[in-house]
Amino acid sequence: MLEVEDLEVCYGDYQVIRGVSLHVAEGEIVSVLGPNGAGKSTVLNAISGLRPPRAGRIEFEGEPIGGRPPHEIVRRRLVHIMERRRVFPYLTVRQNLWLGGYNPAARDAREETLRHVYALFPRLAEREDQLAHSMSGGEQQMLALGRGLMARPRLLLVDEPLLGLSPAAARHTFEVLRRINETGVAILFIEQNVQTALGLAERGYVLESGRLVLEGRSGELLGSDAVKQIFLGG
Amino acid sequence: MAPGATLTTEIVIQTIVSGLLMGFIYALVAAGLSLIFGLMEIVNFAHGEFMMVSMYSVFGLYLAFGLDPLVSAPLCVMFLFALGVATHYGIIRHILNAPMLVQITATFGLAIFLRSLAQFLWTPDYQSIPDPIVSGRLDLAGIFIGVPQLVASAGCLLAFGVLYLFINRTETGMALQATAQDREAASLMGIRTDRMYALGWGIGAACVAVAGVMLTNYYYIFPEVGFIFALIAYVAVALGGFGSIVGALFAGVLIGLVEALGGLLLDPAYKYAIIFAMYLAIVIVRPKGLFGRF
Repeated sequence: MLEVEDLEVCYGDYQVIRGVSLHVAEGEIVSVLGPNGAGKSTVLNAISGLRPPRAGRIEFEGEPIGGRPPHEIVRRRLVHIMERRRVFPYLTVRQNLWLGGYNPAARDAREETLRHVYALFPRLAEREDQLAHSMSGGEQQMLALGRGLMARPRLLLVDEPLLGLSPAAARHTFEVLRRINETGVAILFIEQNVQTALGLAERGYVLESGRLVLEGRSGELLGSDAVKQIFLGG
Repeated sequence: MAPGATLTTEIVIQTIVSGLLMGFIYALVAAGLSLIFGLMEIVNFAHGEFMMVSMYSVFGLYLAFGLDPLVSAPLCVMFLFALGVATHYGIIRHILNAPMLVQITATFGLAIFLRSLAQFLWTPDYQSIPDPIVSGRLDLAGIFIGVPQLVASAGCLLAFGVLYLFINRTETGMALQATAQDREAASLMGIRTDRMYALGWGIGAACVAVAGVMLTNYYYIFPEVGFIFALIAYVAVALGGFGSIVGALFAGVLIGLVEALGGLLLDPAYKYAIIFAMYLAIVIVRPKGLFGRF
């Protein structure tokens, strides 16, 4: 479904990603792991078009999308939910969701998708007229996920969905991601906590300093000494 | 109190009415400026010059075809919309990520260019449109209201209403707000943020153009005409809160009233001093302005 090969991304003269290859199959749920500054977010930004790659190949459903602008990529139902939720603070919950379905591929089905999102997150339906910035972190994360779902994704890129959440809100978000995946949406997500990430994902990729250092099935990675070394420094 | 005047109820009401009428014009000029700032955090130092260009375009159409401002107004507003869009694509787009000083000098440079161009084309002399259709004055129980002033004010208020509804009730308006609040997130929704910026510049220029074309019915046209309006608009934007359209309306009207009443109670010569004193007082107490989020 998604194929990334030898990806290189630079910020100015500084190369952040140095040859990363990864893939996500239809319906799969995959995590990207790695310490702070490893370049995890940059990989997602390159895929969704926010940060055009310097080199490498990105294909989605057999078509090259590397370097295309975000509005073209979201139309292919490849949807990116950024770190720290990034909801529109001074728009209402409903307006935020409505804009999630702005792209032409999702626009006609907005009413229906909105009902689906409200069914998944009843809390958002209760608060639909509230301004997004006035909600709790957990609710904003629901809104960010709901807004992403409004674009009717086939592949969802989620950057640190559990960041800054209370344990209860994190468990809920975790559960929701699993349910979204069960409806057939493939998910590629970033998570700092190895146990959490590999508990949800089928497979994982480990990045360090812009390079792919490990990949494998979650079970294998959990038991690997290399993972312990990278994350625990021993 | 101005020397030699007596303060009657009529004079006070007359002054409040004049202040209100002027205030709606200030409000629309400020709304255009605030929209652009709210969208991309760039201050358009050529805002007053956009107004000046709109006034000269009315004047030019009058000279060339004898068109009355009432007739040429829609054309001139559309022309300024196009000029705003062109400013985005020609200049602003290239300096979006440039240091703030570059952004300031770019729009400031545009202002100087437009002003010099107007001097070159029409000389620095004061011009006016002779015998516009909109003229005369109304006598409402001893309160006199100039028809051109009333029409200008009503036109600005109407334009303000249209702008408000567009931003808050239409899909494109919502996309514009989303772009202002988080450009990257908006682009991930499929919003073409570059087009939103261009649209914002078009609308910003069109707002100040509505004020400009309405003013040609009773105001002189000269290359520096936009300066004081833009200056007051900067105050209104800071007072109302950067990026807040509703704030611009309140601040514009407040300035109009303070200017008129201050001129009446002290001396017209001090009216700008009073406005800026009020501005300083409010920003010291409330730096983000009355309705500001920043």
